[in-house]
Amino acid sequence: MPEIPKKQSLVSESMSSHKIGGTSEVRHRLTFDWKDVGLRVALPLMAMLAAMLIGAAMLLLLKANALHAYAALLAGAFGSVYGFTQSLVKATPLLLVGLGICISFRASVINIGGEGQIIAGALMATWFSLAFRTWPGWMLLPATMTMGFLAGAAWGFIPGILKARLSVNEILSTVMMNAIGIQLMNFLLRGPLIDPAGVRAGTFLHQSERLPEQVWLPRLVPQTLLHAGAIIAVLLAIAVYIFLWRTTIGYRIRAVGLNRDASRYSGINVPLYQTLSLTLAGGFAGLAGVVEVIGVQHRLLEGITSGYGFSGIVAALFGGLHPLGTIPASWLFGSLLVGADKMQRAVQVPSALIDTVLGLVVMFVVGSALLSRRWAARRALTASGS
Amino acid sequence: MADPTIFTVPATIGILSSAVRLATPYLFAAVGEAICQSSGVLNLGVDGIMLLGAYAGFFVTLSTGSLWLGVLAAMVVGLLMGLLMSVISVSLKAEQGISGIGLYMFGLGLSSLLFKVTVGTVKTVVGFQPVKIPILGDIPILGEILFQHSLAVYAAFLVVPLAWWFLDKTTWGLKIKAVGHTPAAADSLGVSVLRVRYASVCLGAVLAGLAGASLSLAMVNLFQENLTAGMGFIAVALVYFGGWRPVAIMGGALLFSFMNALQLWMQVLAVKIPSDIAVMLPYVLTIAVLAVAHNHEREPISLNKPFERGEH
Repeated sequence: MPEIPKKQSLVSESMSSHKIGGTSEVRHRLTFDWKDVGLRVALPLMAMLAAMLIGAAMLLLLKANALHAYAALLAGAFGSVYGFTQSLVKATPLLLVGLGICISFRASVINIGGEGQIIAGALMATWFSLAFRTWPGWMLLPATMTMGFLAGAAWGFIPGILKARLSVNEILSTVMMNAIGIQLMNFLLRGPLIDPAGVRAGTFLHQSERLPEQVWLPRLVPQTLLHAGAIIAVLLAIAVYIFLWRTTIGYRIRAVGLNRDASRYSGINVPLYQTLSLTLAGGFAGLAGVVEVIGVQHRLLEGITSGYGFSGIVAALFGGLHPLGTIPASWLFGSLLVGADKMQRAVQVPSALIDTVLGLVVMFVVGSALLSRRWAARRALTASGS
Repeated sequence: MADPTIFTVPATIGILSSAVRLATPYLFAAVGEAICQSSGVLNLGVDGIMLLGAYAGFFVTLSTGSLWLGVLAAMVVGLLMGLLMSVISVSLKAEQGISGIGLYMFGLGLSSLLFKVTVGTVKTVVGFQPVKIPILGDIPILGEILFQHSLAVYAAFLVVPLAWWFLDKTTWGLKIKAVGHTPAAADSLGVSVLRVRYASVCLGAVLAGLAGASLSLAMVNLFQENLTAGMGFIAVALVYFGGWRPVAIMGGALLFSFMNALQLWMQVLAVKIPSDIAVMLPYVLTIAVLAVAHNHEREPISLNKPFERGEH
């Protein structure tokens, strides 16, 4: 399979064309320019600030004290060791989902199916670790994580192959797969996977049996929920960075995302890489489900996804669809989620405020992409001296 | 095998009548989305608009006692959300799939926030009541299935031929389609791509607001967090399903709500299929139909592509 010449053609193209959204943007996105880091950090932060200000205005209209609310939010997230570790606990699934989003969005494949993929991973981890509970931890733990990854990957593969073979819009099919995943979990938690202890006690809580202790991820700080999954997620972020920017497959995934037609003409099997990117995205979301089950809850509960399938998209966008940028972004949003819980309890401002703010952040970040493209193009113009 | 009681005449009438009723929010939302997409803008935030519309309609009706003020509020909220979407996706040329998800999250969050602050507990309103149409409503069987519904149901089915007429028979409709297919050509003929897209997105959003109000004021008569539970996404799927044609979209909406009605009746009649499995059926069906329906040649060519003057 012929490989796109990496530097020459793209650079020379960028010299001849300065069209906004054209090749200068292609160059801008294919080779990572460290000079752009300032802009890439500043724009999302401005978007965040604007969203928080609008949130404050809404609170004022609702006659709530915005200052007290945000103070409670900050205190909740950063004011205690517990709050801080809890932020990292929430950041872990956000980062894992976000890594998958980085891969699929870079291939211009829009994966909205995080929720379903998290569920697939969580269900598989629960079933597998309970079915093989006699295995020692050194076998059971990696096997459970692998199986969960594969289950999420399968949940992403289905819309992927439907897109590749039958051109089914992946946005719609991933949304449908979410609904199917939720119903499947509800069904399993009411029957086949229900906790036998709950049945004996007559409570019939919709949750699974407690998982065997050898599959629990070790806790990093005593008396907190912070578990080893956080370290795994950061290591995986570095791995995804290397995958996307230092391997041929990663390069092709990004090339497909930047220009489908050019990729096809240069011999890249576009449907294959689109399917692959959605499958990998599903796998990472599945892993997020696994760590929630074996790291935090130690059993499967309804609502295990906590909306991470959507907020993971926000984290990845905020991180500039860059695996390493997604690390601080996930931490930031993890802190926001923890702070919002605290705010709800301390000053009775519903934590739904944060969902509203997150929605605005998404719109502002994608809305400001035009601005950032224009600035980058202007800089390219001045740099080339024309 | 299936319980034979499900095939009795009253049960069949019940299922079909529910199917017609359940199609209401999907019709409003999907027809609106079809208009929006015909102009080349994919609005994935329909579910968020529906939620805010449902909340606004419910809250205004609850506090003023007027259903029509509630409907008006839902439309105004839809319009505002449409303007927000237009600014981000049309003027700022954002990636539409993602900005729509942002709009959805915004609507989901804001409707829960407002509901918790202004209402808090479960309250109900007296919604639109069934109105039996004279003469037609007295036809045996057919009358019961079609002509004994609330105003919202009739309005939804009225929107379908109106939208068909609007899109296919008026200058405005043709302009919308021209902008959705070849915006550069439309632009060179003096059609303002920006204005047409703003109007289409806003019209679609107003209909999405109405879809939400039909849910909270004519079907369940209450509001709760995430009331729509993803109905707006189904509506977007129905647009692809029906190939951007209002009448075909209606067919899809009826098929989908028939599956839902069947599933609900199976639960009522205790047919031995786990209800959670039955609930999956409509979604599996949607994916299956999307896979076999070859509507791609009907897709507005510039769907999901921001317009940049002078790029072609």
